Amino acid sequence: MAYSDKVIDHYENPRNVGTLDKSKKTVGTGLVGAPECGDVMRLQIEVDETSGIITDAKFKTFGCGSAIASSSLATEWLKGKTVDQALSIDNMDIVEELSLPPVKIHCSVLAEDAIKAAINDYRTKNGMEALVFEESIVH
Amino acid sequence: MELKLPVYLDNSATTPVDPRVLETMIPYFTDNFGNAASRNHSFGWHAEEAVDYAREQVAALINAQSAKEIIFTSGATEAINLAIKGVADMYARKGNHIITCTTEHKAVLDTCKALERKGIVVTYLKVDESGMIDLAELRAAISEKTILVSIMAVNNEIGVMQPIVEIAQIAHQYGALFMTDATQAAGKVPIDVQGMGIDLLTCTAHKMYGPKGVGALYVRRKNPRVKVTAQMDGGGHERGMRSGTLNVPGIAGFGRAAELCRLDMASDAQRVTDLRDKLENALMQLPETYVNGHRLHRTPYISNISFKYVEGEGLMMGFNKNIAVSSGSACTSASLEPSYVLKALGLDDELAHSSIRFSLGRFTTEAQIDFAIAEVTKAVNRMRDLSPLWEMHLDGVDLKTIEWAAH
Repeated sequence: MAYSDKVIDHYENPRNVGTLDKSKKTVGTGLVGAPECGDVMRLQIEVDETSGIITDAKFKTFGCGSAIASSSLATEWLKGKTVDQALSIDNMDIVEELSLPPVKIHCSVLAEDAIKAAINDYRTKNGMEALVFEESIVH
Repeated sequence: MELKLPVYLDNSATTPVDPRVLETMIPYFTDNFGNAASRNHSFGWHAEEAVDYAREQVAALINAQSAKEIIFTSGATEAINLAIKGVADMYARKGNHIITCTTEHKAVLDTCKALERKGIVVTYLKVDESGMIDLAELRAAISEKTILVSIMAVNNEIGVMQPIVEIAQIAHQYGALFMTDATQAAGKVPIDVQGMGIDLLTCTAHKMYGPKGVGALYVRRKNPRVKVTAQMDGGGHERGMRSGTLNVPGIAGFGRAAELCRLDMASDAQRVTDLRDKLENALMQLPETYVNGHRLHRTPYISNISFKYVEGEGLMMGFNKNIAVSSGSACTSASLEPSYVLKALGLDDELAHSSIRFSLGRFTTEAQIDFAIAEVTKAVNRMRDLSPLWEMHLDGVDLKTIEWAAH
């Protein structure tokens, strides 16, 4: 199966690989997927408390090229957005941007789930209620 | 000599045709294009001569008593279907039980599944963590109702060799036939159907430097005389067991390929063993790296390695422009299931998803292996830097203690 040029670019030059200090109150961490399914994504955001703007985002992913590209792209999109704006990132935007084939749509779903999980982690750390999301598609 | 890219290390999928094989085949497309079944003119005689010679060569490769015991087919899948379904039909009066194992190729497993829908009872023997079946489990499963025991000689994913001599003996004690799928074994490791007690054997040309589209079924003619019911109706070719005009150029190539494999088997295997050992020893320098399958009872042509905490498909993407290998992971399939063979070995999921199959061949060179070692090492290190599981491992987190979100 051939990957799109954008997937290859993210795979070869992944953006924002790394680890933020998860013990910090300003950092939200989302760990989604499972080793048995062949993908695990960890996505972290650092939020400026006064403005609510995501100042940094990092990821690490165990998975195929599309999973790596989806999470790499997600970190690019997260930076500079407010937490509320970040919630509007939809997995289909990732599918479109990376031209993912149908068998790889689950990678984008996982990236969306990782964003939401990171935001909820940030919210609960800061005394806010976790948001309840609709069940995502089974991947 | 400059290294030509990409490097091919997927010889268990298929092998290139040996130039000597191609040379043998070419006249049977052009000057000697006759139908081997044409008995009345020289075109047919030439074709028949080529087929007879090839039949003798395939018979010699597996030490069959007679060339008449070789039935040519379109490949191993057809040979397997013919053998298993043909035995089930022919021996229906004796019994309705077949024994095979969970790590067989899909051609065997799915044929058995098809027979189950028709009332045949199939036992799938389990394998241990090294991929070997347990002879005690076979003894417990077999009965007077068992008509066939079918166990592969060499596993296509991990290269493990089952104890087929002992398996054949147990089968015969109960009056069952013993069949082996020797697709990965024939031409690569010594096979002796007489000495090993094999009643039916399947193989294909394209895994032994012959062309695609031609395979063979060995059907024993003496002690016992084995019969299979034809699965295709037609002109009654191949002693009535497999109708259809013979693929003369393909068969001529198969014969030449079998001859070369028989003559070069020992020297090829020694050279490939050295290269395999070099590859494995170098890659095992990487931490948390494991060879899957039994380390001794296996073919030198296949090395299945798990690089723990990196996903196989993602890893392969790092070098598949330059190296052709297979991954045990199947992320492209809807099920996202890793290889059923590795799962049958009881591998942890993060290991099963992390496996790469390197398969070597006659044309693999040391320069190619050196290149592969460097590229794969680089890619594994890069992917581990990207892997959250690797980071957790370094931090001493036991992945089994984490509650993963269920998919």
